[in-house]
Formats: sequence, structure tokens, C-alpha cells
Amino acid sequence: MSVGAPRGLASSGQKLITEILHPLSAAEEPLSPGQDVTISAEKDKEPGLTNGTPVEISSPASASVLLSRLQLDCEPEADAHDAFGSGEPRDLFVTVNDPKKHVSTMETYITYRVSTKTTRIEFDLPEYSVRRRYQDFDWLRIKLEDSQPTHLVPPLPEKFVMKGVVDRFSEEFVDTRMKALDKFLKRVADHPVLSFNPHLNAFLTAKDLNKRQGLALLTKVGESVKNVAGGYKLRARPAEFSAMGEYLDTFSQKLGTIDRISQRILREQSEYLTELREYGAVYSTWAASEEQLQRPLEGVAGCVTTSCGALEDLSDNMSQDFLPVLREYVLYIESMKSVLRKRDQVQAEYEGRLEAAVLRKQEDRTPIPVEVEKCQDKVECFNADLKADWERWQRNKRQDFKQLLTGMADKNINYYEKSQAAWESLIPLLQEKQTEDKTSETN
Amino acid sequence: MAEDVKGESVASNDESDRAASDESLSNTMLTEGSCLLRRMEICVAEAEKRSGKNAVSMQETYTVYLVETRPMDAIAEGRNPPPDSLWRRYSEFELLRNYLIVTYPYIVVPPLPEKRAEFVWHKLSADNMDPDFVERRRIGLENFLLRVASHPVLSNNEMLYHFLTKEHGWKEMVYETGFQTKVQADSRLRALSATFRVRSPHKRLVEMKHYSDGLQSHTSQLLRARTRVADRLYAVYKVHGNYGRVFSEWSAIEKEMGDGLQSAGHHMDAYAASVDDILEEEEHYADQLKEYLSYAEALRAVCRKHELSQFELEMASQDLISKKQQREELATGIVRTFSLKGMTNKLFGQEAPEQREAKLNLLEELIAEGEETVKEKTAECDEHAEKAWADIVRFKDQKDKDLKEAFINYALMQISMCKKGIQVWSNAKECFLKM
Repeated sequence: MSVGAPRGLASSGQKLITEILHPLSAAEEPLSPGQDVTISAEKDKEPGLTNGTPVEISSPASASVLLSRLQLDCEPEADAHDAFGSGEPRDLFVTVNDPKKHVSTMETYITYRVSTKTTRIEFDLPEYSVRRRYQDFDWLRIKLEDSQPTHLVPPLPEKFVMKGVVDRFSEEFVDTRMKALDKFLKRVADHPVLSFNPHLNAFLTAKDLNKRQGLALLTKVGESVKNVAGGYKLRARPAEFSAMGEYLDTFSQKLGTIDRISQRILREQSEYLTELREYGAVYSTWAASEEQLQRPLEGVAGCVTTSCGALEDLSDNMSQDFLPVLREYVLYIESMKSVLRKRDQVQAEYEGRLEAAVLRKQEDRTPIPVEVEKCQDKVECFNADLKADWERWQRNKRQDFKQLLTGMADKNINYYEKSQAAWESLIPLLQEKQTEDKTSETN
Repeated sequence: MAEDVKGESVASNDESDRAASDESLSNTMLTEGSCLLRRMEICVAEAEKRSGKNAVSMQETYTVYLVETRPMDAIAEGRNPPPDSLWRRYSEFELLRNYLIVTYPYIVVPPLPEKRAEFVWHKLSADNMDPDFVERRRIGLENFLLRVASHPVLSNNEMLYHFLTKEHGWKEMVYETGFQTKVQADSRLRALSATFRVRSPHKRLVEMKHYSDGLQSHTSQLLRARTRVADRLYAVYKVHGNYGRVFSEWSAIEKEMGDGLQSAGHHMDAYAASVDDILEEEEHYADQLKEYLSYAEALRAVCRKHELSQFELEMASQDLISKKQQREELATGIVRTFSLKGMTNKLFGQEAPEQREAKLNLLEELIAEGEETVKEKTAECDEHAEKAWADIVRFKDQKDKDLKEAFINYALMQISMCKKGIQVWSNAKECFLKM
């Protein structure tokens, strides 16, 4: 690291980004919140924690709190209670629930309640409850991506749904979407950098989210990352980032395959269900024409019906819980890949400028401009952020898939248990002795 | 009884012991009238492929089944003698059954296993030579013999006994009984009666006929539906095998998750493979349903034969009535109803007294015969109805008992399938938890 800052840039590794004091933060120019902003933040000359995102520090007390947070060790293993494995004590809890339909003259849409519980000083109150619609989540995500381009922002569920094909107001659709929004928000809240983003704060707390004011919190780094000129060719991507890219490609492929297999299973189960229903119906019809066999036959029909119900539950579960999460991960992978690409671009720019500067130096002894060094810092920051996010993402992925797959196993076990119970209860009925005596009829 | 057999076989030296004991056994059977199966252990032990030239001198491959018998008393005494055995083809079983059907038209004759594989779900072989099919047929043939040999009426039949004991010459013996002529007569009668309604149908037997139609329809519907269900179930299980492959591929790029994924994949493979055994076992249930599908046909045949009997009786009665009418006309000279005779009488005058005399005498004879015939046929019809009803009552009880058992077995199969499913998914879940 060529930066001579006394703070010392920690090498990227296990430590989270919050512990790495950014060398550029001191030289950071204050951002001008010229427009109306819903967050009050004193920006002048405040040291930022991360690559530029200002944090409200209004009192010495809060500074020490901040400091203590900085000195926390990052736990390598995921905390059992912390599903997202940040290893820090959680102080921000968010939940998305309670969908409600709003009908207005212009449009009909769904809002969700977003509840927040927190001890963070960035929040004025310990609890908040607001209502948000999908558009608001989308706004938040865009803002997060714009203001934290070096970080991986979790994905949102699909934005567009074909209005004729999917019922946007059906219980299943709303429920699936709500779960995905909840997951999104939880992931953001657990992210050590993203969770401090003022846009998130606004999202969680503002009565009316005034989205038209673009909170001009775009950092210098953010801006420069966004405005990286294309056309720089990347020379040598560090092996670890290449490995990440390859992993993501293969992983994405495998998820796609699993998605297809699951869909196929759902189709086959649906056909099976149709035939099974007809099959059960034959037993019922037959029962009507029998005497001694009537109850046994109806019993069999009943068991078949119970199995049908259990199968339907299994299939519904797979399509509502399993598949959406799978698809969301594919989106997550795409996000990650785009962050990797941005990183490549930043590195490419640095390499390009460095090369040009070195040539000029050789020619006319022009010293290497500060911009070039800043570029190098950018690259290193990005790499550090990315690695940290990657680790966190891997941990989350492991948890998520563990949960997803054990859930799938549980649902299948459940299905068989229900069916088995039905058939087991039939056996004593079938073994019952005939109660009527047979008197021989005389014609 | 056992002593009689031994005593007689010792006494007669000219004939072989076996023939003597055969004879005495057969005599005892026919006279005592109790169930053959109590006296003889019967089983269809094996199946073998044979090749030979058939009736039109073409080379054919067919299967023969080993029918083994052992005297029950010897077994009861713990002697455990080796069984007597002979080989029979499916066509010989068919011949026996056809003979029994014709000989006992009032009995619901147990059915044979299906001639060709039907209601086949798509992965199951429809080939008659397929070893699984042959095995299930062997079981079906044994079941047929056991049912016949334990039937209160059928078990006494001599041809049955010879089927079990006389390998060569049995077919000729059966043909010599001339039962085919009855078959021909029946079919002629059937053709005739197709357009005539029986005037006073036997209420209960008609009900039974309707019931048999229903039973046939329900069992065949059930068999068809089950086939479709089996096909779908197969597909569901097999697609899960794809999970096995993709988990394996995925595990290759994972570090901590790799082992868990890989093992889980193996369980998915096991799950996919388990459906073959599950469906194979279900075939036994299908076979039980098929048996009663055929039984329904046999039941219908009994009812139908009574109808034919009834029809014959009514025809004979009609004939008698018309002859009596003719006699009356001749005797009194009064023509009651329009008849050709009446017309010709009017047109050409009546015939000479000698001719009339002769005609009257002939008529009297015919009427006497006719009355005998009607009496016989009435007795036949009533006997048929009585015996048929007795066997139908027996059949109903047997059916209720058998089908209940079949349903119990089916429920047990389903429980077993569920348990296997739970096992596999629990194993997979453990692997996922270790991820």
C-alpha cells in the first residue's frame, strides 16, 4: 500500500470494512446537501467511516460508541442467531409484513408495513412503522447501488409481471413478493456498510418517502466509479477475482438447472395429482354398488383424497417458497457479477492512467499525478469491499441454501407423513369383522 | 381313508401302485364329495420355456408350468414324500376351465390369469415371455387350481383330478366327454335368444347380472386409472434423479457445502430408483383386481345361462301351448284364431276323417313329449337357479373377503412407500444440515 497515511490501511481480509479507516476520508470534501433532505447530517470535516458515507456524529459519546464498534472483531463463523453472519450484535431489526391493497382513482397497488426496531443513534426513535410499496423498495435499491457502487446490494424480486398472466393481487403472489422484500431489507440491514446508508434510514423512518429529491449523497468515489470511462483494458485480474467470476458463472448455471428440474417435478406432480383424483373417484363410485365392501371402498377413496391434499400442499410450497428463493439467488449472482465488472473497470482505469503517467514521467519527468494514486486507492478499496462482501455473501449463501434445501426435505417428509397416517388409520377399519349376519334369501 | 388307499394298493398286484392308489383316491373323492384340496397339496412350482412344432407345424416357443401334488395325509403324518409332478401349458389350463364352465353352468368358475398382459403401465413389459409376467402367471395358475380344488362342487370333478395326475392323454380324455357339442348348442341358442326377452325373468339372478356388469365396469375402470397413476408416479420419482446429478456437479465448486451436497445427491438417486420396486409390488394388487374382473364375467355367464335355460323352457311351453291348440282345433273343428289351417279349411274344405285321426294321434304323442319336455326343462331351470344362487352366495362372501384383503395389502403397500419416502428425505435432510 502506497498511501502514507498514519492510520495505515489494513489489508483486506477478515476485517470488515467498518474497521478500515479510509485514507481518503480526511481529505474528503464535504458534500452539499443543497436540496431538501429528510436526514439531518453534519457533514463538514467529519471523518467518514467507509469510503465516504458520512455518518452523523454529534457528540463525543457517540464517537466512543462508534469507536468501540470499530474495534469489534469479526467472527469467522456465522453467529447462530445472526442468519446473515455479520458476527456483530444486531442493533437493527426490520420486518416486512401486513400487505394491504390500496385502491385509488389512478391505480391499485399493494403496500407493506415496514417495522423497525433499533438502538442505533442514527435513528431518532427506537421503533418505526411505515408503509411502503414495491416502487419504494426499488427506489431504495437504486439509491444504494448508486451510492455504494463497490458493494453488493441484494436483489429485489422481479419488478415486472405480465398483467394478463400473473395475478398481481393474488394471495400467493403478494405473499411470495412480501417474503422476498423482507429478505432484501434484512440483508441490507445486516450489511455493515449498507445499513448505515442514509437512504435506508429515510426508507425506514420517513412518513412520506419523497423520492423525487435525489439525496445527493453520491460520494466522490461513488461518482468516480460511476463515471469510469470505458475503453480501458484490464491487464491482469487478480486470480481471486477471476475465481469468483468463474464460481459465479458455474453456480448460476447449476441454479438454473435446479430451477428447471424443480419446475419439471411440479409439472409431473400436477399430472400425477390429476390422475390420482380420478383414481380415488372410481373407488367412491364402486362403493355405491357394494354392501359389505362399501365402507372399505369409501375408506380407500378417503385415503387417496387425503394423499391428494397433502401432495397439493407440497407442490404449492415448492412453487411459492422454493422456486422464488432460487430465482432470487440468480439475480443476486447477477448483481455480484456486475460489481465484479465494475471492479475490473476501476482497475483497468488505474492501470491505464498509471501506464500513461509512467510514460510521461519517462519522457519529461512529470511526476505521477495524485489522481493516479487516488485511482490505486480506489482499486484497493474496491477490492477490500468486494472481498468482505464476498465472504459475507458466501456465508449467507450457505445458510440460505441450507435452509432452503432442508425446507424442501421437510415438506416432502411432511407429505409422506400425512399420507402414511391416513393409510394407517384405514387398516383397522378394513380389518373390522362383518357386523351384519347373512341370512340366506329365498326367492 | 388313508388305510383304504394303502390296503387297496397292496391288494392289487397287476396294476401299478400308483394307478391303484389313483383309482381309489378318485373313487373316494367322487363318492365322499369333500374338497380335493384337503386331500392333496397342490402347487404350480416352476415355469420353463419349451420349443416345439405346433398344430400347423410351425416352430413356436411356449412356456410350461410344473404342477406338483402331494397327498395331504402323508404330509400330516410328517413323512414329507417327494411330490408327483407334470408339466402343463396355459392352453391346457384353458381347456380345463372351459370344460368346467360347460359342465357346471350354474357355478361361478374361478378365472385364469390373463392371457395377454393388459392394463400395462408403460415401463412394464407387455411381452408374454417376460420373466416377471411368467412369474405372475405362475402364481395366477396356482391360485386357479387352489380355488377350483377347494370349491365344494368343482373339486369333485374327475377331469380336474386327471389334470393334476395324468400328464399324457388328458386332453383326449376331455375331448371324449363331448363337452364341445354343448358349447355349440349353447352358442346357437344364444344367437337365437339375442332378440327375445325372457317373459318371466328370475328377479334375483337378473339383479346379479346387473351387479356383475357393475363389478366388471368398476374393476376395469380402476385398473385403467391405476395404470395412469403408476405412469405419473414413475415420472415424478425419476425426475428427482436429476437432482442427484446436479447436486454432484454443484458440490464440485463448493468447499464447505460440497460433502453435504454430494451425499444428498446420492439419496436423490436412491429415491428415484425406489419407484421400480414400489410399482412392481403394486402389480400384485392389480392381479387381484384382474381376478375379480374375470370373476365378474364368470358371474354374468351363470346368470346368462339361466336366462337361456329359461328361454328354452319358455320356447318349449309356447310350443306345447300351440300344439294343444292345434289338437283342439282338429278335435272340434272350430278354428279359434286365424291360422293357415283355418283358411285352407275354409277354402278347400276339411280333410278326410282318417287323415284327421292320424294327425290327432301324432299330435297327442307330440303333446305328451312336449309335456315331458316342459316338466324336464322346468325342473332344470329351477335346479339351475337354486344351485346358481347357492354358489353366488358363496361367491359373494368370498369376493368380500378377498377384496378386503386386497385393500389391506394395498394400504400396507402405500404405508411402506411412505416410510421409504420419509427415510430417503430424512437422510437427504441430514446431509443438507451438514452443508
